[in-house]
Amino acid sequence: MEVPSSSADRRITGSDITRRELIGTAVVTGGALVGGPLLPGFIPEAAAQAGTPPGTLDLALRVNGTDHHLTLDPRTTLLDALREHLHLTGSKKGCGLGQCGACTVLMDGKRMKACLSLAALVEGREITTIEGLVRGEQLHPLQAAFIERDAFQCGYCTPGQIMAGVACINEGHAGSPEEIRDWMSGNLCRCGAYDNIVAAIQDAARAIGSGRGG
Amino acid sequence: MNNIQYVAPQSIDEAVAAMAAANGTGRVLAGGTDLLIQMRAGVVSPGIIVDVKKIVEMTTIDETSGGYRIGAAVSGAVIGEHARLKKAWPGVVEAINLIGSKQIQGRASAGGNLCNASPAADSVPALVAAGAIVTVQGPKGRRDVPVEKIHAGPGRTTLQPGEIVVSFTLPARPAGSSDAYLRLIPRTEMDIAVVGCGVSLTIQNGTCTAARVGLGAVAPTVLLVEDAAKALAGSRLDDKALEAAAAACRAACKPINDKRGTIAYRTKIAGVLLKRAAGIAAERAGRK
Ligand SMILES: Cc1cc2nc3c(=O)[nH]c(=O)nc-3n(C[C@H](O)[C@H](O)[C@H](O)COP(=O)(O)OP(=O)(O)OC[C@H]3O[C@@H](n4cnc5c(N)ncnc54)[C@H](O)[C@@H]3O)c2cc1C
Ligand code: FES
Ligand code: FES
Repeated sequence: MEVPSSSADRRITGSDITRRELIGTAVVTGGALVGGPLLPGFIPEAAAQAGTPPGTLDLALRVNGTDHHLTLDPRTTLLDALREHLHLTGSKKGCGLGQCGACTVLMDGKRMKACLSLAALVEGREITTIEGLVRGEQLHPLQAAFIERDAFQCGYCTPGQIMAGVACINEGHAGSPEEIRDWMSGNLCRCGAYDNIVAAIQDAARAIGSGRGG
Repeated sequence: MNNIQYVAPQSIDEAVAAMAAANGTGRVLAGGTDLLIQMRAGVVSPGIIVDVKKIVEMTTIDETSGGYRIGAAVSGAVIGEHARLKKAWPGVVEAINLIGSKQIQGRASAGGNLCNASPAADSVPALVAAGAIVTVQGPKGRRDVPVEKIHAGPGRTTLQPGEIVVSFTLPARPAGSSDAYLRLIPRTEMDIAVVGCGVSLTIQNGTCTAARVGLGAVAPTVLLVEDAAKALAGSRLDDKALEAAAAACRAACKPINDKRGTIAYRTKIAGVLLKRAAGIAAERAGRK
Protein backbone atom coordinates (compact mmCIF):
# COMPACT_ATOMS: atom_id res chain seq x y z
CA MET A 1 0.00 0.00 0.00
CA GLU A 2 2.90 2.39 0.66
CA VAL A 3 4.53 4.18 -2.18
CA PRO A 4 8.00 2.67 -2.54
CA SER A 5 10.53 4.74 -0.67
CA SER A 6 12.39 5.36 -3.91
CA SER A 7 9.63 7.84 -4.60
CA ALA A 8 10.68 9.82 -1.55
CA ASP A 9 12.94 12.01 -3.65
CA ARG A 10 12.83 11.84 -7.38
CA ARG A 11 14.25 14.29 -9.81
CA ILE A 12 12.13 14.69 -12.84
CA THR A 13 13.70 13.94 -16.14
CA GLY A 14 12.78 13.68 -19.80
CA SER A 15 9.65 14.99 -21.43
CA ASP A 16 6.16 13.77 -22.07
CA ILE A 17 3.72 16.54 -21.68
CA THR A 18 0.34 16.54 -23.32
CA ARG A 19 -0.87 19.52 -25.23
CA ARG A 20 -3.55 20.21 -22.64
CA GLU A 21 -1.03 20.26 -19.80
CA LEU A 22 1.33 22.37 -21.86
CA ILE A 23 -1.40 24.95 -22.34
CA GLY A 24 -2.20 24.80 -18.65
CA THR A 25 1.45 25.14 -17.74
CA ALA A 26 1.94 28.12 -19.98
CA VAL A 27 -0.38 30.31 -17.95
CA VAL A 28 1.88 30.77 -14.97
CA THR A 29 5.61 30.37 -14.82
CA GLY A 30 7.26 30.73 -11.44
CA GLY A 31 4.16 32.47 -10.17
CA ALA A 32 4.30 35.29 -12.72
CA LEU A 33 1.99 35.68 -15.66
CA VAL A 34 3.60 34.86 -18.96
CA GLY A 35 2.30 36.86 -21.89
CA GLY A 36 1.42 35.30 -25.20
CA PRO A 37 -1.57 33.55 -26.66
CA LEU A 38 -2.51 30.17 -25.28
CA LEU A 39 -2.37 28.48 -28.63
CA PRO A 40 -1.69 24.80 -29.07
CA GLY A 41 2.03 24.38 -29.26
CA PHE A 42 2.74 27.55 -27.34
CA ILE A 43 5.82 26.90 -25.23
CA PRO A 44 6.26 28.31 -21.73
CA GLU A 45 8.72 31.15 -21.82
CA ALA A 46 11.01 29.79 -19.13
CA ALA A 47 11.12 26.38 -20.77
CA ALA A 48 11.91 27.93 -24.13
CA GLN A 49 14.70 30.03 -22.66
CA ALA A 50 16.25 27.21 -20.71
CA GLY A 51 15.95 24.92 -23.71
CA THR A 52 14.62 22.12 -21.52
CA PRO A 53 11.04 20.92 -21.48
CA PRO A 54 9.12 20.65 -18.24
CA GLY A 55 10.12 17.64 -16.17
CA THR A 56 8.46 14.27 -16.03
CA LEU A 57 8.08 11.43 -13.59
CA ASP A 58 8.31 7.68 -14.17
CA LEU A 59 5.71 5.75 -12.29
CA ALA A 60 3.85 2.47 -12.17
CA LEU A 61 0.07 2.53 -11.93
CA ARG A 62 -1.92 -0.57 -11.11
CA VAL A 63 -5.28 -0.24 -12.84
CA ASN A 64 -7.90 -2.99 -13.02
CA GLY A 65 -5.31 -5.56 -12.02
CA THR A 66 -2.72 -4.61 -14.64
CA ASP A 67 0.52 -2.70 -14.03
CA HIS A 68 1.24 0.19 -16.37
CA HIS A 69 4.54 2.07 -16.56
CA LEU A 70 4.07 5.70 -17.47
CA THR A 71 6.22 8.75 -17.86
CA LEU A 72 4.15 11.73 -16.85
CA ASP A 73 4.32 15.37 -15.93
CA PRO A 74 4.13 15.22 -12.11
CA ARG A 75 1.07 17.46 -12.20
CA THR A 76 -0.91 14.94 -14.24
CA THR A 77 -4.11 14.03 -12.43
CA LEU A 78 -5.11 10.42 -12.08
CA LEU A 79 -8.09 11.16 -14.34
CA ASP A 80 -5.91 12.50 -17.15
CA ALA A 81 -3.51 9.59 -16.73
CA LEU A 82 -6.40 7.15 -17.08
CA ARG A 83 -8.09 8.88 -19.98
CA GLU A 84 -5.26 10.33 -22.01
CA HIS A 85 -2.38 7.97 -21.30
CA LEU A 86 -4.08 4.63 -20.61
CA HIS A 87 -7.05 5.42 -22.90
CA LEU A 88 -9.50 4.24 -20.27
CA THR A 89 -12.12 6.81 -21.17
CA GLY A 90 -14.91 5.30 -19.08
CA SER A 91 -14.09 7.66 -16.22
CA LYS A 92 -15.54 11.00 -17.26
CA LYS A 93 -14.40 14.55 -16.69
CA GLY A 94 -17.46 16.58 -15.78
CA CYS A 95 -16.00 19.51 -13.90
CA GLY A 96 -12.39 18.70 -13.12
CA LEU A 97 -13.02 20.47 -9.81
CA GLY A 98 -14.15 17.69 -7.48
CA GLN A 99 -17.76 18.75 -7.58
CA CYS A 100 -19.67 16.39 -9.88
CA GLY A 101 -18.34 12.87 -9.21
CA ALA A 102 -18.24 11.83 -12.90
CA CYS A 103 -14.60 10.80 -12.45
CA THR A 104 -15.17 8.56 -9.39
CA VAL A 105 -12.90 5.48 -9.29
CA LEU A 106 -11.97 3.10 -6.50
CA MET A 107 -8.58 3.20 -4.77
CA ASP A 108 -8.01 0.06 -2.70
CA GLY A 109 -11.79 -0.34 -2.79
CA LYS A 110 -12.53 3.18 -1.53
CA ARG A 111 -14.11 5.77 -3.79
CA MET A 112 -12.18 8.84 -4.83
CA LYS A 113 -12.44 11.59 -7.39
CA ALA A 114 -9.74 10.94 -9.97
CA CYS A 115 -9.67 14.59 -11.01
CA LEU A 116 -8.57 15.55 -7.49
CA SER A 117 -5.66 13.17 -7.23
CA LEU A 118 -2.30 13.28 -8.90
CA ALA A 119 -1.34 10.06 -10.64
CA ALA A 120 1.89 10.20 -8.60
CA LEU A 121 -0.12 9.92 -5.38
CA VAL A 122 -1.70 6.57 -6.19
CA GLU A 123 1.41 4.65 -7.22
CA GLY A 124 1.26 1.19 -5.68
CA ARG A 125 -2.47 1.47 -5.01
CA GLU A 126 -5.07 -0.73 -6.64
CA ILE A 127 -7.18 1.48 -8.90
CA THR A 128 -10.47 0.16 -10.25
CA THR A 129 -12.32 1.99 -13.02
CA ILE A 130 -15.66 1.23 -14.65
CA GLU A 131 -13.77 -0.86 -17.23
CA GLY A 132 -12.58 -3.13 -14.43
CA LEU A 133 -15.99 -4.07 -13.01
CA VAL A 134 -17.06 -6.58 -15.63
CA ARG A 135 -16.03 -10.21 -15.13
CA GLY A 136 -15.59 -11.68 -18.61
CA GLU A 137 -19.03 -11.23 -20.15
CA GLN A 138 -20.70 -10.92 -16.74
CA LEU A 139 -21.72 -7.39 -15.80
CA HIS A 140 -21.32 -6.31 -12.18
CA PRO A 141 -24.72 -6.57 -10.43
CA LEU A 142 -24.88 -2.78 -10.21
CA GLN A 143 -24.18 -2.38 -13.93
CA ALA A 144 -26.98 -4.85 -14.63
CA ALA A 145 -29.27 -3.02 -12.20
CA PHE A 146 -28.60 0.32 -13.91
CA ILE A 147 -29.75 -1.19 -17.22
CA GLU A 148 -32.73 -2.92 -15.63
CA ARG A 149 -33.83 0.27 -13.85
CA ASP A 150 -33.01 2.61 -16.73
CA ALA A 151 -30.92 4.61 -14.29
CA PHE A 152 -29.52 7.10 -16.81
CA GLN A 153 -30.44 9.32 -19.67
CA CYS A 154 -27.37 10.76 -21.39
CA GLY A 155 -25.09 8.42 -19.44
CA TYR A 156 -22.33 10.92 -18.77
CA CYS A 157 -22.54 10.65 -15.00
CA THR A 158 -23.15 6.90 -15.09
CA PRO A 159 -19.62 5.47 -14.73
CA GLY A 160 -19.06 7.72 -11.71
CA GLN A 161 -22.46 6.86 -10.27
CA ILE A 162 -21.77 3.15 -10.65
CA MET A 163 -18.31 3.32 -9.07
CA ALA A 164 -19.64 5.40 -6.17
CA GLY A 165 -22.60 3.02 -5.91
CA VAL A 166 -20.34 -0.02 -5.71
CA ALA A 167 -18.44 1.64 -2.86
CA CYS A 168 -21.69 2.73 -1.20
CA ILE A 169 -22.90 -0.90 -1.19
CA ASN A 170 -19.55 -2.29 -0.02
CA GLU A 171 -19.40 0.26 2.81
CA GLY A 172 -22.83 -0.89 4.00
CA HIS A 173 -24.46 2.47 3.29
CA ALA A 174 -27.22 1.17 1.02
CA GLY A 175 -29.74 0.30 3.71
CA SER A 176 -32.52 2.72 2.74
CA PRO A 177 -33.25 5.21 -0.05
CA GLU A 178 -32.46 8.06 2.36
CA GLU A 179 -29.13 6.53 3.31
CA ILE A 180 -28.26 5.94 -0.35
CA ARG A 181 -29.13 9.53 -1.25
CA ASP A 182 -26.91 10.82 1.55
CA TRP A 183 -23.95 8.63 0.70
CA MET A 184 -24.33 9.23 -3.06
CA SER A 185 -24.59 12.99 -2.70
CA GLY A 186 -21.13 13.56 -4.17
CA ASN A 187 -22.39 12.41 -7.57
CA LEU A 188 -24.51 14.79 -9.60
CA CYS A 189 -26.78 13.78 -12.47
CA ARG A 190 -27.58 16.59 -14.88
CA CYS A 191 -30.41 14.52 -16.35
CA GLY A 192 -32.01 13.97 -12.97
CA ALA A 193 -32.08 10.17 -13.02
CA TYR A 194 -31.72 10.08 -9.24
CA ASP A 195 -34.83 8.02 -8.43
CA ASN A 196 -33.76 5.25 -10.76
CA ILE A 197 -30.14 5.42 -9.60
CA VAL A 198 -31.28 4.93 -5.99
CA ALA A 199 -33.54 2.05 -7.05
CA ALA A 200 -30.70 0.38 -8.98
CA ILE A 201 -28.38 0.63 -5.98
CA GLN A 202 -31.06 -0.87 -3.73
CA ASP A 203 -31.57 -3.75 -6.17
CA ALA A 204 -27.85 -4.43 -6.47
CA ALA A 205 -27.35 -4.21 -2.70
CA ARG A 206 -30.04 -6.87 -2.27
CA ALA A 207 -28.53 -9.00 -5.04
CA ILE A 208 -25.09 -8.78 -3.44
CA GLY A 209 -26.68 -9.42 -0.06
CA SER A 210 -24.94 -6.69 1.89
CA GLY A 211 -27.47 -3.92 2.14
CA ARG A 212 -26.10 -3.31 5.63
CA GLY A 213 -22.96 -3.85 7.60
CA GLY A 214 -20.65 -4.49 4.63
CA MET B 1 9.15 25.78 -12.95
CA ASN B 2 10.69 23.62 -15.62
CA ASN B 3 12.06 21.33 -12.93
CA ILE B 4 9.04 20.43 -10.86
CA GLN B 5 9.63 17.80 -8.22
CA TYR B 6 7.37 15.52 -6.24
CA VAL B 7 8.58 14.19 -2.88
CA ALA B 8 6.82 12.03 -0.32
CA PRO B 9 8.98 12.14 2.81
CA GLN B 10 8.43 9.72 5.70
CA SER B 11 9.24 12.21 8.48
CA ILE B 12 8.49 15.82 9.36
CA ASP B 13 12.20 16.64 9.51
CA GLU B 14 12.58 15.48 5.91
CA ALA B 15 9.50 17.41 4.86
CA VAL B 16 10.82 20.60 6.50
CA ALA B 17 14.20 20.05 4.84
CA ALA B 18 12.50 19.61 1.44
CA MET B 19 10.54 22.82 1.96
CA ALA B 20 13.72 24.67 2.98
CA ALA B 21 15.60 23.37 -0.06
CA ALA B 22 12.76 24.57 -2.29
CA ASN B 23 13.51 28.19 -1.40
CA GLY B 24 9.91 29.34 -1.21
CA THR B 25 8.66 27.32 -4.19
CA GLY B 26 7.59 24.35 -2.06
CA ARG B 27 3.95 23.47 -1.43
CA VAL B 28 2.65 21.00 1.09
CA LEU B 29 0.15 18.56 -0.39
CA ALA B 30 -2.27 16.91 2.02
CA GLY B 31 -5.59 15.88 0.42
CA GLY B 32 -5.01 18.13 -2.57
CA THR B 33 -8.67 19.16 -2.76
CA ASP B 34 -7.71 22.83 -2.77
CA LEU B 35 -4.16 22.62 -4.09
CA LEU B 36 -4.84 20.58 -7.23
CA ILE B 37 -7.63 22.89 -8.30
CA GLN B 38 -5.41 25.92 -7.74
CA MET B 39 -2.57 24.29 -9.68
CA ARG B 40 -4.83 23.48 -12.61
CA ALA B 41 -6.20 27.01 -12.63
CA GLY B 42 -2.61 28.28 -12.70
CA VAL B 43 -3.10 30.18 -9.45
CA VAL B 44 -0.16 28.40 -7.85
CA SER B 45 2.70 26.63 -9.58
CA PRO B 46 4.99 24.95 -7.08
CA GLY B 47 8.53 23.98 -7.90
CA ILE B 48 8.28 21.13 -5.47
CA ILE B 49 5.25 19.30 -4.12
CA VAL B 50 5.80 17.87 -0.63
CA ASP B 51 3.25 15.10 -0.05
CA VAL B 52 2.83 14.73 3.73
CA LYS B 53 0.43 11.76 3.66
CA LYS B 54 3.27 9.32 4.39
CA ILE B 55 4.22 10.99 7.68
CA VAL B 56 2.82 9.02 10.62
CA GLU B 57 2.63 11.95 13.05
CA MET B 58 0.59 13.91 10.52
CA THR B 59 -1.81 11.11 9.61
CA THR B 60 -2.78 9.71 13.02
CA ILE B 61 -5.07 10.65 15.92
CA ASP B 62 -3.80 10.12 19.52
CA GLU B 63 -5.47 10.54 22.89
CA THR B 64 -3.31 12.63 25.18
CA SER B 65 -4.33 12.64 28.87
CA GLY B 66 -7.93 13.60 28.24
CA GLY B 67 -7.23 15.61 25.11
CA TYR B 68 -6.65 14.68 21.50
CA ARG B 69 -3.84 15.23 19.00
CA ILE B 70 -5.09 15.15 15.42
CA GLY B 71 -2.48 14.94 12.65
CA ALA B 72 -2.88 17.86 10.24
CA ALA B 73 -3.25 15.55 7.22
CA VAL B 74 -5.79 13.10 8.67
CA SER B 75 -8.76 12.92 6.29
CA GLY B 76 -12.27 13.94 7.28
CA ALA B 77 -13.48 10.38 6.74
CA VAL B 78 -11.00 9.00 9.29
CA ILE B 79 -11.88 11.73 11.79
CA GLY B 80 -15.59 10.95 11.34
CA GLU B 81 -14.97 7.29 12.11
CA HIS B 82 -13.21 8.02 15.42
CA ALA B 83 -16.05 7.31 17.87
CA ARG B 84 -14.35 8.67 21.03
CA LEU B 85 -13.21 11.88 19.36
CA LYS B 86 -16.72 12.34 18.00
CA LYS B 87 -18.18 11.94 21.47
CA ALA B 88 -15.70 14.36 23.06
CA TRP B 89 -15.74 17.00 20.30
CA PRO B 90 -18.89 16.52 18.20
CA GLY B 91 -18.76 20.11 16.92
CA VAL B 92 -15.20 19.83 15.64
CA VAL B 93 -15.98 16.51 13.95
CA GLU B 94 -19.23 17.74 12.36
CA ALA B 95 -17.46 20.83 11.04
CA ILE B 96 -14.72 18.78 9.41
CA ASN B 97 -17.29 16.33 8.05
CA LEU B 98 -19.20 19.18 6.39
CA ILE B 99 -16.33 19.74 3.96
CA GLY B 100 -17.38 18.64 0.48
CA SER B 101 -18.93 15.30 -0.45
CA LYS B 102 -18.16 11.74 0.60
CA GLN B 103 -15.38 11.48 -1.96
CA ILE B 104 -13.88 14.81 -0.84
CA GLN B 105 -14.07 13.58 2.77
CA GLY B 106 -11.82 10.67 1.86
CA ARG B 107 -9.02 13.15 1.20
CA ALA B 108 -9.65 16.60 2.66
CA SER B 109 -7.78 17.39 5.89
CA ALA B 110 -8.20 19.94 8.67
CA GLY B 111 -4.61 21.10 8.09
CA GLY B 112 -5.39 21.82 4.44
CA ASN B 113 -8.62 23.56 5.37
CA LEU B 114 -6.71 25.81 7.80
CA CYS B 115 -3.70 26.51 5.58
CA ASN B 116 -5.79 27.24 2.51
CA ALA B 117 -6.94 30.18 4.65
CA SER B 118 -10.42 30.69 3.26
CA PRO B 119 -12.40 32.90 5.66
CA ALA B 120 -15.25 30.43 5.05
CA ALA B 121 -13.24 27.29 5.87
CA ASP B 122 -15.71 25.13 7.79
CA SER B 123 -13.44 23.40 10.28
CA VAL B 124 -11.72 26.56 11.48
CA PRO B 125 -14.49 28.26 13.54
CA ALA B 126 -15.09 24.95 15.33
CA LEU B 127 -11.36 24.54 16.02
CA VAL B 128 -11.20 28.14 17.24
CA ALA B 129 -14.14 27.52 19.57
CA ALA B 130 -12.44 24.34 20.76
CA GLY B 131 -9.32 26.26 21.73
CA ALA B 132 -7.21 24.06 19.46
CA ILE B 133 -3.46 24.54 19.59
CA VAL B 134 -1.61 24.13 16.33
CA THR B 135 1.85 22.60 16.35
CA VAL B 136 3.96 24.05 13.57
CA GLN B 137 7.43 22.93 12.48
CA GLY B 138 9.80 24.88 10.28
CA PRO B 139 13.48 25.57 9.69
CA LYS B 140 13.70 27.19 13.14
CA GLY B 141 12.13 24.26 14.96
CA ARG B 142 8.74 23.68 16.53
CA ARG B 143 6.25 26.10 18.00
CA ASP B 144 2.70 25.91 19.32
CA VAL B 145 0.19 28.53 18.19
CA PRO B 146 -3.50 29.06 19.02
CA VAL B 147 -5.42 28.19 15.87
CA GLU B 148 -7.01 31.65 15.63
CA LYS B 149 -3.54 33.16 15.13
CA ILE B 150 -2.91 31.26 11.86
CA HIS B 151 -5.16 33.16 9.44
CA ALA B 152 -3.82 36.51 8.24
CA GLY B 153 -6.38 37.26 5.51
CA PRO B 154 -8.04 35.51 2.61
CA GLY B 155 -5.49 32.97 1.31
CA ARG B 156 -2.80 34.24 3.70
CA THR B 157 -1.43 32.73 6.91
CA THR B 158 1.05 33.74 9.58
CA LEU B 159 3.12 30.62 8.85
CA GLN B 160 6.75 31.51 8.22
CA PRO B 161 8.40 30.39 4.99
CA GLY B 162 8.93 26.64 5.03
CA GLU B 163 6.70 26.02 8.06
CA ILE B 164 4.39 23.01 8.08
CA VAL B 165 1.35 22.48 10.31
CA VAL B 166 2.00 19.17 12.07
CA SER B 167 -1.08 18.65 14.23
CA PHE B 168 -3.96 20.11 16.22
CA THR B 169 -4.24 19.54 19.97
CA LEU B 170 -7.70 19.67 21.52
CA PRO B 171 -7.44 20.25 25.27
CA ALA B 172 -8.85 18.04 28.00
CA ARG B 173 -11.92 19.62 29.60
CA PRO B 174 -14.29 18.93 32.46
CA ALA B 175 -17.39 16.78 32.32
CA GLY B 176 -20.41 18.77 31.21
CA SER B 177 -18.56 20.18 28.20
CA SER B 178 -19.49 19.94 24.55
CA ASP B 179 -19.46 21.86 21.29
CA ALA B 180 -21.39 22.43 18.07
CA TYR B 181 -20.85 23.90 14.61
CA LEU B 182 -23.51 25.29 12.31
CA ARG B 183 -23.16 26.86 8.91
CA LEU B 184 -25.65 28.47 6.61
CA ILE B 185 -25.45 27.60 2.93
CA PRO B 186 -28.09 28.00 0.23
CA ARG B 187 -27.88 24.30 -0.67
CA THR B 188 -27.75 21.28 1.61
CA GLU B 189 -24.07 20.61 0.90
CA MET B 190 -21.14 21.28 -1.40
CA ASP B 191 -21.32 25.03 -1.01
CA ILE B 192 -19.31 27.74 0.68
CA ALA B 193 -20.54 28.94 4.07
CA VAL B 194 -22.43 32.23 4.10
CA VAL B 195 -21.76 32.22 7.84
CA GLY B 196 -20.27 29.50 10.04
CA CYS B 197 -20.39 29.47 13.84
CA GLY B 198 -18.68 27.18 16.34
CA VAL B 199 -19.51 27.20 20.06
CA SER B 200 -17.77 25.21 22.77
CA LEU B 201 -18.97 25.40 26.37
CA THR B 202 -18.93 23.80 29.80
CA ILE B 203 -22.06 23.62 31.96
CA GLN B 204 -21.96 22.88 35.69
CA ASN B 205 -25.14 22.81 37.77
CA GLY B 206 -27.00 24.63 35.03
CA THR B 207 -24.49 27.47 34.78
CA CYS B 208 -22.20 27.97 31.82
CA THR B 209 -18.74 28.11 33.41
CA ALA B 210 -16.64 28.46 30.25
CA ALA B 211 -17.33 29.26 26.60
CA ARG B 212 -15.55 29.98 23.34
CA VAL B 213 -17.07 31.19 20.09
CA GLY B 214 -15.59 31.06 16.55
CA LEU B 215 -17.19 32.81 13.56
CA GLY B 216 -16.43 32.15 9.90
CA ALA B 217 -17.17 33.89 6.59
CA VAL B 218 -17.99 37.24 8.18
CA ALA B 219 -14.53 38.87 8.07
CA PRO B 220 -11.22 38.47 6.22
CA THR B 221 -10.20 35.85 8.80
CA VAL B 222 -12.07 33.42 11.01
CA LEU B 223 -12.79 35.26 14.28
CA LEU B 224 -12.53 34.33 17.95
CA VAL B 225 -15.41 36.34 19.44
CA GLU B 226 -14.34 36.91 23.03
CA ASP B 227 -17.25 39.23 23.87
CA ALA B 228 -19.74 36.56 22.90
CA ALA B 229 -17.94 34.04 25.11
CA LYS B 230 -18.01 36.53 28.00
CA ALA B 231 -21.76 36.99 27.59
CA LEU B 232 -22.30 33.23 27.82
CA ALA B 233 -19.87 32.44 30.65
CA GLY B 234 -21.42 32.83 34.09
CA SER B 235 -24.95 32.78 32.69
CA ARG B 236 -27.59 30.05 32.73
CA LEU B 237 -27.80 30.42 28.94
CA ASP B 238 -31.08 32.28 29.34
CA ASP B 239 -32.54 34.39 26.53
CA LYS B 240 -30.86 37.54 27.80
CA ALA B 241 -27.40 35.98 27.80
CA LEU B 242 -27.95 34.41 24.39
CA GLU B 243 -29.11 37.71 22.93
CA ALA B 244 -26.08 39.50 24.41
CA ALA B 245 -23.80 36.88 22.86
CA ALA B 246 -25.62 37.17 19.52
CA ALA B 247 -25.20 40.95 19.64
CA ALA B 248 -21.46 40.47 20.27
CA CYS B 249 -21.28 38.22 17.21
CA ARG B 250 -23.10 40.77 15.07
CA ALA B 251 -20.76 43.50 16.32
CA ALA B 252 -17.72 41.41 15.39
CA CYS B 253 -18.85 40.96 11.76
CA LYS B 254 -17.03 42.76 8.97
CA PRO B 255 -18.45 40.79 6.08
CA ILE B 256 -18.44 41.30 2.34
CA ASN B 257 -21.44 41.72 0.07
CA ASP B 258 -21.56 38.97 -2.51
CA LYS B 259 -23.99 36.79 -4.38
CA ARG B 260 -24.30 34.45 -1.42
CA GLY B 261 -25.21 37.08 1.13
CA THR B 262 -25.35 40.81 1.76
CA ILE B 263 -23.58 42.46 4.68
CA ALA B 264 -26.90 42.93 6.53
CA TYR B 265 -27.94 39.30 5.96
CA ARG B 266 -24.61 37.81 7.05
CA THR B 267 -24.55 40.00 10.16
CA LYS B 268 -28.05 38.95 11.17
CA ILE B 269 -27.36 35.27 10.50
CA ALA B 270 -24.22 35.37 12.68
CA GLY B 271 -26.42 36.10 15.70
CA VAL B 272 -28.99 33.47 14.76
CA LEU B 273 -26.35 30.75 14.32
CA LEU B 274 -24.70 31.68 17.64
CA LYS B 275 -27.97 31.10 19.51
CA ARG B 276 -28.69 27.83 17.76
CA ALA B 277 -25.15 26.47 18.06
CA ALA B 278 -25.01 27.41 21.75
CA GLY B 279 -28.33 25.60 22.25
CA ILE B 280 -27.06 22.44 20.57
CA ALA B 281 -23.76 22.52 22.48
CA ALA B 282 -25.63 23.00 25.76
CA GLU B 283 -27.96 20.12 25.03
CA ARG B 284 -25.01 17.88 24.19
CA ALA B 285 -23.15 18.98 27.33
CA GLY B 286 -26.20 18.18 29.44
CA ARG B 287 -26.72 14.78 27.88
CA LYS B 288 -23.34 13.49 29.04
C1 LIG C 1 -16.06 19.80 -4.31
C2 LIG C 1 -15.43 20.52 -3.17
C3 LIG C 1 -16.20 20.90 -2.08
C4 LIG C 1 -15.62 21.56 -0.99
N1 LIG C 1 -16.43 21.90 0.05
C5 LIG C 1 -15.91 22.55 1.11
C6 LIG C 1 -16.73 22.91 2.22
O1 LIG C 1 -17.92 22.60 2.24
N2 LIG C 1 -16.17 23.58 3.26
C7 LIG C 1 -14.84 23.91 3.26
O2 LIG C 1 -14.39 24.50 4.24
N3 LIG C 1 -14.03 23.58 2.22
C8 LIG C 1 -14.54 22.91 1.15
N4 LIG C 1 -13.72 22.58 0.10
C9 LIG C 1 -12.31 23.00 0.10
C10 LIG C 1 -11.31 21.91 0.56
O3 LIG C 1 -11.81 20.62 0.33
C11 LIG C 1 -10.96 22.05 2.04
O4 LIG C 1 -10.39 23.31 2.27
C12 LIG C 1 -10.00 20.95 2.53
O5 LIG C 1 -10.04 20.87 3.93
C13 LIG C 1 -8.58 21.13 2.10
O6 LIG C 1 -7.80 20.07 2.64
P1 LIG C 1 -6.73 19.26 1.77
O7 LIG C 1 -6.10 18.29 2.69
O8 LIG C 1 -7.33 18.72 0.53
O9 LIG C 1 -5.73 20.45 1.41
P2 LIG C 1 -4.66 20.62 0.23
O10 LIG C 1 -5.37 20.95 -1.03
O11 LIG C 1 -3.72 19.48 0.22
O12 LIG C 1 -3.92 21.92 0.77
C14 LIG C 1 -4.56 23.19 0.85
C15 LIG C 1 -3.51 24.27 1.07
O13 LIG C 1 -2.93 24.17 2.36
C16 LIG C 1 -1.55 23.87 2.28
N5 LIG C 1 -1.31 22.84 3.30
C17 LIG C 1 -2.01 21.66 3.41
N6 LIG C 1 -1.60 20.99 4.52
C18 LIG C 1 -0.65 21.77 5.10
C19 LIG C 1 0.15 21.60 6.28
N7 LIG C 1 0.02 20.53 7.06
N8 LIG C 1 1.04 22.57 6.58
C20 LIG C 1 1.17 23.66 5.78
N9 LIG C 1 0.43 23.87 4.66
C21 LIG C 1 -0.47 22.93 4.33
C22 LIG C 1 -1.31 23.43 0.87
O14 LIG C 1 0.00 23.71 0.44
C23 LIG C 1 -2.35 24.21 0.11
O15 LIG C 1 -1.91 25.51 -0.11
C24 LIG C 1 -14.25 21.88 -1.01
C25 LIG C 1 -13.46 21.49 -2.09
C26 LIG C 1 -14.02 20.81 -3.16
C27 LIG C 1 -13.15 20.39 -4.29
S1 FES D 1 -14.64 15.58 -12.92
FE1 FES D 1 -13.97 14.95 -10.98
S2 FES D 1 -15.58 15.55 -9.72
FE2 FES D 1 -16.18 16.42 -11.62
S1 FES E 1 -27.63 10.48 -17.01
FE1 FES E 1 -27.13 12.37 -17.87
S2 FES E 1 -25.98 13.28 -16.25
FE2 FES E 1 -26.77 11.53 -15.33
